Amino acid sequence: MKRSPLAIVAFLLAAASLVLPTGADAPGFFFFATPALLFAASALALFASASNSSLIALLILVHLAAIFLIGLLGSFAMAAPAMGYWCMVVAAWLLAWLAVQRLAALRPKSVGLQRMVNLALPVLFGAWLLILWEIVVRGFGVPAILLPPPSMIAARIAGSVPTLWADFQQTFLKAAIAGYVIGCGSGFLAAIVVDRVPFLRKGLLPVGNLVAALPVVGIAPIMVMWFGSYWQSKAAVVVIMTFFPMLVNTVAGLAASGAMERDLMRTYGSSYTQTLFKLRLPAAMPFIFNALKINSTLALIGAIVAEFFGSPIVGMGFRISAEVGRMNVDMVWAEIFVAALAGSLSYGLITLIERVVTFWHPSYRT
Amino acid sequence: MNFVRNSVLPVGTVLIGILAVWYAFTVILNAPFERDQAARANTTISTGQLIENTMAQERPVLPAPHQVAAEIRKTVFDISPTSKRSLVYHGWVTLSSTLLGFGLGTLLGILLAIAIVHSRTLDKSLMPWIITSQTVPILAIAPMIIVVLNAVNITGLLPKAMISTYLSFFPVAVGMVKGLRSPEIMYLDLMRTYNASKAQVFWKLRWPASMPYLFTSMKIAVAISLVGAIVGELPTGAVAGIGARLLAGSYYGQTVQIWAALIVAALMAAVLVSLIGLIATFVNRRMGARA
Amino acid sequence: MSVVTLRPKAKPMPQAAKNVIDVKDLSLVFETNDGPVNALSNINLSVDGGEFVSFIGPSGCGKTTLLRVIADLEQPTSGSISVNGMTPSEARQKRAYGYVFQAAALYPWRTIAGNISLPLEVMGIPKAERKDSIARNLELVNLSGFEKKFPWQLSGGMQQRASIARALSFDPHLLLMDEPFGALDEIVRDHLNEELLKLWAKTQKTVVFVTHSIPEAVFLSTKIVVMSPRPGRIHEVIDCNLGSERTLDIRESPEFLEIAHRVREGLRHGHSYDQAHL
Ligand SMILES: Nc1ncnc2c1ncn2[C@@H]1O[C@H](COP(=O)(O)OP(=O)(O)O)[C@@H](O)[C@H]1O
Ligand SMILES: [Mg+2]
Repeated sequence: MKRSPLAIVAFLLAAASLVLPTGADAPGFFFFATPALLFAASALALFASASNSSLIALLILVHLAAIFLIGLLGSFAMAAPAMGYWCMVVAAWLLAWLAVQRLAALRPKSVGLQRMVNLALPVLFGAWLLILWEIVVRGFGVPAILLPPPSMIAARIAGSVPTLWADFQQTFLKAAIAGYVIGCGSGFLAAIVVDRVPFLRKGLLPVGNLVAALPVVGIAPIMVMWFGSYWQSKAAVVVIMTFFPMLVNTVAGLAASGAMERDLMRTYGSSYTQTLFKLRLPAAMPFIFNALKINSTLALIGAIVAEFFGSPIVGMGFRISAEVGRMNVDMVWAEIFVAALAGSLSYGLITLIERVVTFWHPSYRT
Repeated sequence: MNFVRNSVLPVGTVLIGILAVWYAFTVILNAPFERDQAARANTTISTGQLIENTMAQERPVLPAPHQVAAEIRKTVFDISPTSKRSLVYHGWVTLSSTLLGFGLGTLLGILLAIAIVHSRTLDKSLMPWIITSQTVPILAIAPMIIVVLNAVNITGLLPKAMISTYLSFFPVAVGMVKGLRSPEIMYLDLMRTYNASKAQVFWKLRWPASMPYLFTSMKIAVAISLVGAIVGELPTGAVAGIGARLLAGSYYGQTVQIWAALIVAALMAAVLVSLIGLIATFVNRRMGARA
Repeated sequence: MSVVTLRPKAKPMPQAAKNVIDVKDLSLVFETNDGPVNALSNINLSVDGGEFVSFIGPSGCGKTTLLRVIADLEQPTSGSISVNGMTPSEARQKRAYGYVFQAAALYPWRTIAGNISLPLEVMGIPKAERKDSIARNLELVNLSGFEKKFPWQLSGGMQQRASIARALSFDPHLLLMDEPFGALDEIVRDHLNEELLKLWAKTQKTVVFVTHSIPEAVFLSTKIVVMSPRPGRIHEVIDCNLGSERTLDIRESPEFLEIAHRVREGLRHGHSYDQAHL
């Protein structure tokens, strides 16, 4: 087995942390326990055989060290952490990277195991992003206004559930969903009409393609003037933003069924509606779902950004702009967390439905 | 001739149709105000007069296209481009941060895609996050970036450009990962029979094969960059830029100004996207794509 | 990295070269999700310098896999193989062979000249020599004048000829061809068969050629390797030398028909076209 230089560097850094000043008020037990863990981990990485059990042991040691390191942040009341502490951090990080590298290189035979590895890798990556974020922000004393540590954001989320829920209701459940349904629905119906009239298709498609690239959110101030500052105006922005992607994609999808299949329907003497429902709409499904996915992100963006132009005192966009003004950055991050969660969950839901509806599509066959 | 029949004529008809609908709505939406005025002055108003009036209000609910055109002409051509009332000035403020951010974002996206394609670890651990982050309304953090950077005295072009960078970087990274992976196995095997180095496989196969993907994602990226720059201009309190014009317009009910700014933003987006389309066509031609 | 030196004229072929390819007890098992696939089982084969060897057999019998093992594109599970007295990997690093795929696999963004220049660029050959080689090899495959065209502007047969020119461009002694004419119609295929034969006679290269056409194999080869599936193995090796002055007419001759008959019998006995595969 090749000795990884990462492990050697980590070993040296762990040794250095024992000699260098840590800057702690009073170096306690954990200032020796953490380097010990790091020594053990790097020794494991250097000398143990590359078996699954040694990899698991490495992962456990490294994450234990990470927890210790975060805990140690509490012992710097007098001075900022010094070189010794940072050596430990870098060593832990290098070892974690090494472990992730080894995990990624695994090619388990069983499908279930492969799936678990595929899930563990991004989770570990995300976890280390949070760990380093926490350590760096607190260790270097970055002002919370600039970037609050994850622990502070988590505390804020836990402490403001009612506010977050009210905002979510206003922006997502009312504005975004209403706008999304109306926008996608009307775009779809318009596409069916446009598809029947070739002249319209030739004319509307280039225009629709163009509009899909325009900064449509800019329409928000107008909608606020027309429909008032309540959620209806936000829904209107979302309708306009989602209409064109749906139109363009559905028209393209309706054209996607092959000439041969359509000729086949012809030989059966099938009517326009029969061909539409039995052949062309099923063939258009991948395109329609593509639009539904694009639109799910657009809807949330539209609903949030439109609130920047005026809204009642509730809503995610309102909260973001208001709390930014008051420099309550942790609350802003809490809202962003909710938005991210809502965005990826709705995207995931649509993807799930897509799999069920378009199971026949080549991209899902194994 | 075919071009005229298949594009110019239908597209022209649709555009004329849009204008006609716009005018119709101008009359419908602005008429109540005129009737109100007439009722208050205890006069009756003829239909002809009513229609004429609806297209000449100072703060109409919906300005007529020619009012918007006149506003654009005035603020683009009649006012010196250095003046704060010139749309050229505001347009340039937005455009410069769009382009800076877009350039940086594209570069970053390409570099990250190269790293992901060459590192299994990054591919497996980072790529899922990049894909997920596309489903997140990233634009929502724009105000925070601006305000936070302002708080540490980073002001002007850079914060807005950073938003555009951030927004444009994701589509380019995702598109380029796809593009760099697009060569068929056979093409890769061929390189292997030549015992080509990784760098040679990259420059002679992966990079050229990824060009169509690069341009497709650059079109998305430039459009979203512009949106990012506009939204980035909102929280600083309407100082300069298209976004500032929109916000100021909405503060003071200046609908004509809002529409003028919107149309200019739309034109900018259209020009930027078609510019990239043109470059794409040129490069594809050089690379032997069918005409 | 070794730089291939180009010999402008057909170099004196090591006529006596024995065992350009030597395969001993070679097996290859693919581990798939549905269990192991015995793609090659106990293969023994030797190919001498200047020979034209065809692998023939029904689809799925491991012809491509064997060729890919020779080319170091696939690793055998057991057994040994040498190419030019080296391991396939060393041979590949010395750029010992040119490989022609079933599809032309020309890079669509490169002109015909650019495609032929590709291996030369990878091998770091200077521009002037590249130009010579492109011109010489295009002439060899009758494509002079098409340098500036892009692949899609050429017919399928011309594209495949260009891919042969690409494989020849760095003048390897060994040519590995995987059903190069499989996707072409019969008329074009006959024509290219004749051209390939002339080319082989002129350059005295060693050719390993995969096909599933009996006439093609008999017409071209000095040795026909009949393979059979599940597990992929060599059923029979048939010597076949119809003299160096061959034209398409030879296919009507009794000698030709006799060898073709033997190949067909061999294929039948190898249970080649059993029900499951039809
Ligand atoms: N990469 C691979 N993974 C798994 N099985 C393979 C792979 N390549 C080929 N096979 C299997 O090996 C057998 C031989 O394939 P191949 O050499 O392509 O046959 P031929 O070229 O004679 O048609 C087939 O059963 C095929 O399915
Ligand atoms: Mg084959």
